[in-house]
Amino acid sequence: MELNNIDKELLKTIADLHEIPEGAYNIRKDGKLVSRNVSANIDIVSKTDKPGINIFIKDGTINESLHIPVIVSEAGLKDLVYNDFYVGKNCDVTIVAGCGIACGSSEDEGHDGVHSFFIEEGSKVHYIEKHYANGDGTGSRILNPVTKIELGKNSYMKMDTVQIGGVTSSKRDTNAELDDGAKLEINEKIMTDGNEYAETNFNVDLNGKDCSTHVVSRAVAKNESNQIFKSIINGNNKCFGHTECDAIIMDNAHIVAKPELTAASTEASLIHEAAIGKIAGEQIVKLQTLGLTETEAENEIIKGFLR
Amino acid sequence: MLELRDICFSVNDNGKVKQILKNINLTIDDDKFFVITGPNGSGKSTLAKIIMGINKPTSGKIIFNGTDITDLSITERAKLGISFAFQQPVKFKGITVKQMISLATGSEVSVGEACKFLSDVGLCARDYIDREIDGSLSGGELKRIEIATIVARASKLTIFDEPEAGIDLWSFNSLIKTFKNLKNKYKCGFIIISHQERILDISDSVIILSNGEIKEIGSKEKVFSRLSEIYSSCTKLVEEE
Repeated sequence: MELNNIDKELLKTIADLHEIPEGAYNIRKDGKLVSRNVSANIDIVSKTDKPGINIFIKDGTINESLHIPVIVSEAGLKDLVYNDFYVGKNCDVTIVAGCGIACGSSEDEGHDGVHSFFIEEGSKVHYIEKHYANGDGTGSRILNPVTKIELGKNSYMKMDTVQIGGVTSSKRDTNAELDDGAKLEINEKIMTDGNEYAETNFNVDLNGKDCSTHVVSRAVAKNESNQIFKSIINGNNKCFGHTECDAIIMDNAHIVAKPELTAASTEASLIHEAAIGKIAGEQIVKLQTLGLTETEAENEIIKGFLR
Repeated sequence: MLELRDICFSVNDNGKVKQILKNINLTIDDDKFFVITGPNGSGKSTLAKIIMGINKPTSGKIIFNGTDITDLSITERAKLGISFAFQQPVKFKGITVKQMISLATGSEVSVGEACKFLSDVGLCARDYIDREIDGSLSGGELKRIEIATIVARASKLTIFDEPEAGIDLWSFNSLIKTFKNLKNKYKCGFIIISHQERILDISDSVIILSNGEIKEIGSKEKVFSRLSEIYSSCTKLVEEE
């Protein structure tokens, strides 16, 4: 299967790919494999019982990357995929996933990616996930990503998740369990416009001694769009957890932010912060004094906020 | 050159009209360093905001280099070459110092160019270029970054609203050096709203405002006795050290 120019543009947006990437990759379009490459340390094997792939990263794999972008452009297609990542001990790898939807018809299109990470002791994983949709079709573009994370002893995962526009509806569920000394950082950036709906649910179980997490979301809701952010941190041991939701609300948008902390240990230290507000008038005025119009000022403030 | 002609500004204070500025007539020449001083509540910051277009005068005219700018927006005045440094610098989540300098100049600046402006205000550029302009910066750092963005605009007229507000003594000493440097290096008009005698010391002309009226205009030496008189009847001039 060949990639057309629309596909290439989507790949550029969701995975920063201008060409076929170096190292291991698996490019999927409309529910089918387009192209795959494995490396000496990263193996990709198709599942036989359900759609999806198993990724095996060998112990001690350092400074390698894996790209697994998905494109959906077929009218009416609802793609569902299960990807399991087995990351061995003492690795340091970057995994870039993402889904781009090109909708050119009145039929709904969607992708539900269920990603499970099994990260072994001492490994570091940077996971980048971008969601984007475009096209002039009137059909809904629906994304419901599910991420399950098991972090082994003294392992670390940084998850950057970005939904920058065009997605009609999304429900993002992320569940994580941390062992002793493990650390999880989640940075979510999300912008909704028009009548879009975005729901995010994070649930982090801090089970191990001295494990920690930071779950940070920055969101902008414009026009009639709706956002729901729920972040639950359960401190079950001597641990540190922090969750923060910072949202800019505009026009007639609607935002719900629900951070929730549960402690089952006297040694658990948990913090939550949530703030929703409009763009501060003084920020607009400051940028106007630099020669920007009100609209340009708003755009720069949002761009910076979601950077 | 900036001309203020019969500028008045009033607000509604619980049903009563309160006059903040009364018939202000003033000419600010190019290449000169003007300091507007006076007791708290005398209307200094309001006047600065009226020049920038943040507040609109109730009556009167503002002429900038021959153009009537009374009805122009903040953006239009900025494009004509007027800059404004805020008393309390505005913070932005996610916007870095380099990005703010780029916005100020109107185009993407190189690291080298951004460093030049930061050096002008006594900041070690390498430490700041990628910092976000947020609560992680101290009052003195924010103030100097604010001034650097103003310098980057290379304006014809620059207004500083109480630059000494919210900074410590050490930062204030370097602020004075920064102003001396700017005065020598950049040939443009400066209006500084200030209570500080040491800022008055480096001025070409001091304007005393009290109860919304101009009481005196002239060199520091000329107006100083009048200034002491006004302050002693209202509040004491902020003492240094």
